[in-house]
Amino acid sequence: MFKAKQSTLADTLSANLAAAPVEGRSPWRDARERFLRNKAAVASLVILVLITLACVFGPMFLPHTYSDTDWDAMSMAPTAQSWHLFGTDELGRDLLVRCLIGGRISLMVGFLATLSSVTVGIVWGATAGFLGGKVDTVMMRLVDMMYAVPYLLIAILMVTLLGREFYLVVLTITVFSWMDMARVVRGQTLSIKSKEYIEAARAIGVSTSSIIFRHVVPNLLGIVVIYTTVTVPGVILTESVLSFLGLGVQEPMTSWGVLIQDGTGVMESTPWILLFPAGLLSVTLYCANYIGDGMRDALDPKDR
Amino acid sequence: MSLLKVRNLGVQFQTNDGIVSAVNGVNFELERGQTLGIVGESGSGKSQTVLALMGLLAKNGQTNGEALYKGQNLLSMSAKELNGIRGDRLSMIFQDPMTSLNPYLTVERQMTEVLELHKGMTRREAKKRAIELLEAVRIPEAARRIDMYPHEFSGGMRQRVMIAMALLCEPEVLIADEPTTALDVTVQAQILQLLKDLQRDFGTAIVMITHDLGVVAGLCEKVLVMYGGRVMEQGDADSLFYRASHPYTIGLLGALPRLDHDGSELVSIPGNPPNMAQPPKGCPFAERCSHVSNRCATELPPLMPAEHDGRVLRACHKSAHELIDIREVAHA
Amino acid sequence: MWSYTFRRVLMTIPTLLLVVTVCYLMLHATPGGPFDGERKLSAAVLANLQAKYHLDLPLWQQYLYYLKSLLEGDLGASFRYADWSVNDLVAKALPVSLAIGGGSLLISVVIGVGLGILSALRQNSLVDYLVMLIGNIGSAFPSFVIGPVLIMVFAIWFKWLPAGGWDDFKFAYMVLPMALLTFINISTIGRVMRGSLIEVLNSNFIRTARAKGLGLSTIVFRHALKPALMPVVSVIGPLAISSITAAVVTESVFSLPGIGKLIVNGASNRDYTLVLGLVVLVTVVAVLLNLLVDLAYALLDPKIRY
Repeated sequence: MFKAKQSTLADTLSANLAAAPVEGRSPWRDARERFLRNKAAVASLVILVLITLACVFGPMFLPHTYSDTDWDAMSMAPTAQSWHLFGTDELGRDLLVRCLIGGRISLMVGFLATLSSVTVGIVWGATAGFLGGKVDTVMMRLVDMMYAVPYLLIAILMVTLLGREFYLVVLTITVFSWMDMARVVRGQTLSIKSKEYIEAARAIGVSTSSIIFRHVVPNLLGIVVIYTTVTVPGVILTESVLSFLGLGVQEPMTSWGVLIQDGTGVMESTPWILLFPAGLLSVTLYCANYIGDGMRDALDPKDR
Repeated sequence: MSLLKVRNLGVQFQTNDGIVSAVNGVNFELERGQTLGIVGESGSGKSQTVLALMGLLAKNGQTNGEALYKGQNLLSMSAKELNGIRGDRLSMIFQDPMTSLNPYLTVERQMTEVLELHKGMTRREAKKRAIELLEAVRIPEAARRIDMYPHEFSGGMRQRVMIAMALLCEPEVLIADEPTTALDVTVQAQILQLLKDLQRDFGTAIVMITHDLGVVAGLCEKVLVMYGGRVMEQGDADSLFYRASHPYTIGLLGALPRLDHDGSELVSIPGNPPNMAQPPKGCPFAERCSHVSNRCATELPPLMPAEHDGRVLRACHKSAHELIDIREVAHA
Repeated sequence: MWSYTFRRVLMTIPTLLLVVTVCYLMLHATPGGPFDGERKLSAAVLANLQAKYHLDLPLWQQYLYYLKSLLEGDLGASFRYADWSVNDLVAKALPVSLAIGGGSLLISVVIGVGLGILSALRQNSLVDYLVMLIGNIGSAFPSFVIGPVLIMVFAIWFKWLPAGGWDDFKFAYMVLPMALLTFINISTIGRVMRGSLIEVLNSNFIRTARAKGLGLSTIVFRHALKPALMPVVSVIGPLAISSITAAVVTESVFSLPGIGKLIVNGASNRDYTLVLGLVVLVTVVAVLLNLLVDLAYALLDPKIRY
């Protein structure tokens, strides 16, 4: 009883110690100011938020659904007439709604796969870095191996074998997207490990796992935020590639990759069916890249 | 005609904060076989002065004034003319021997290319000559080591290689930019002795950049003390050391640890060098000077012959006699 | 050097084994046998087939049989293209992929390095902006967007080149796919080369070289090029891997009968064994490529002596 209490106290104490450098207001406020001064990054953020909002709420305000066929308007060029702002495809389905719905899937896969691969990467990297020794060697060897593997092919094999359910696509992408984060987090963990407050926590008997999750992880936040934003475009891209190859989410679900694939088939006669989803995807990736750069500059000023 | 005559040399850098003046109005002359020491803290402009002579300023740097080598202005030469002189008549040793040699080329390649370029030697002749020079700088087993890469040499050995490389064409002027700073103390002494011997053997004039007054005292005939991009005091070494008359020089001498003094505390000059992006209106040293007066902050003291000794130029509003007296009292 | 090479070669074995094993187990974990097609096979035929592919044995024995045949260079059989072994299909498709992928990688190394050098030497010049523009486009726009745009411009509007397809290594059919892959690779190589050359040119040893009176071309080609190439060499490994990805997409965009197209078709037909065989093959190629790049790096860097 007494012992348990003591360790809680120790945890709180050292958690406060560890939290201090993270929550120390000025570095984060500095970072935010630096980010806000970066016009390209801020503009990108605004555009990305607008695209996301449009994808989430847009379809509710449009008079079409993504599978309705408009018999009067097949393969119609963009027009204000009956709200076919992006035109229609060869089945008379409204392209704007399809792009927005497809965007929902692309962004959702991007969000979920980023979340899961970031989680895996942090846990993997922090564990390897913190335990060190043989465990570290083996764990990082596996990361090296993953890098040497042509991931798209294994991803193709996985979706072929496992199926093309939404969550399986997310899983497949996760399997090949966590290694960067693991490497970075491991490196950072190694350097944090030798810092005094960890020694202090150790000395007062805090357990290894709570040192990892209470002390090391919070201090990794900066680098994690950077690499998370860098992961997003890569993940969205992978989903689109799979969809483009016809190996992503299945009909009737759609995503930007699927729409681009549909568009390439008919680009000679109705190029807008290709250009709208391609444009949306490219703008999204472009913005995500700029946000990543902005984050890096803002949080890691040494790097500039 | 002097071998090297620098007149009113200035160096400016174009930066995001505007134009920064790194060097202002430097004058000196160097005769054959002479040694000039340029002394100052980091940021005093001493390195930029010699980099300007060699045409090695960073891309955003520009110069004014003149630097005449045998009457030809190095600063206004075309790149081609300058390349004919540097490495041949005028050569340079850099501060950091660890990074100043190309890690991807053998020492042989890095040395022979100089002779191939300036002396038109074949690679074979050049190699023979390079081995001789490596032996002259006392690298053991030079014939074998010449085919090695720089990382296979120790720091002191690398600096010897740098010196050998600089002497390949028997230059008339050797510029040494803090050649011993990055080295161990024992190695420092060896390198300095080496430079002395080589100067005797080759009759080279040396410009020695250093922040170490001990080095200057052991090697130089003339000294130029710089601070904040300006010359504080210049003249021949003996006059300057025995009767330093500028508060900055006095400070530097006081900061030098001495074995013959029982006072064990190290003296340093308090404060930091001025920000060169916003240079002070008056004397750059005023902020740290212990003899400062109102005039110092507003009026730049000109570099003028000292009252007490015609061989010394000084830039200070305070009279030399006053300062020398104070110093002698302090010593007594 | 030899012992390093040997150790480095040994290190590739676990990677290959891991990939093969994981893929193989995944294949076996999937419900349904490979012969559960639409057509019901007779029991006798089924038994025959199962014996032929050792499907009647316990899993570990099947696995060992599979490894053995892999070592003999036999990638297995396709279950959809009944009369074709995977090897036959590969023999037809691989030259196409190698010509397109390998060819464009070579071209892009030459062009990328060249552009990188030019833009590093003339910062803020036209070439410099071009390299930055290519880098920007290549890093943000996916290949399956750039590809169709190329088709639209050069095949549909100008009608200079065919929109896709393949005709026995005829040049016209190779131009657009290779242009696409080259563009994507240059965007990386050019950027890396530019950055690393600028960094090298600002280094102390280049200052030493200038102090010697060497001319610009000697400084760049003798002193700066090799160190500046090191980051380019180390990026070629990952680039080759992403080239494989890009090649799959490219073959799909331009309907080329290469390995990538074969895999995608196999995947949509659920031709498990074909996909497995191809994945193993490409993984071996990729791992070997990485090995070569590592060895090249070690060979170029005098500081690495094993």
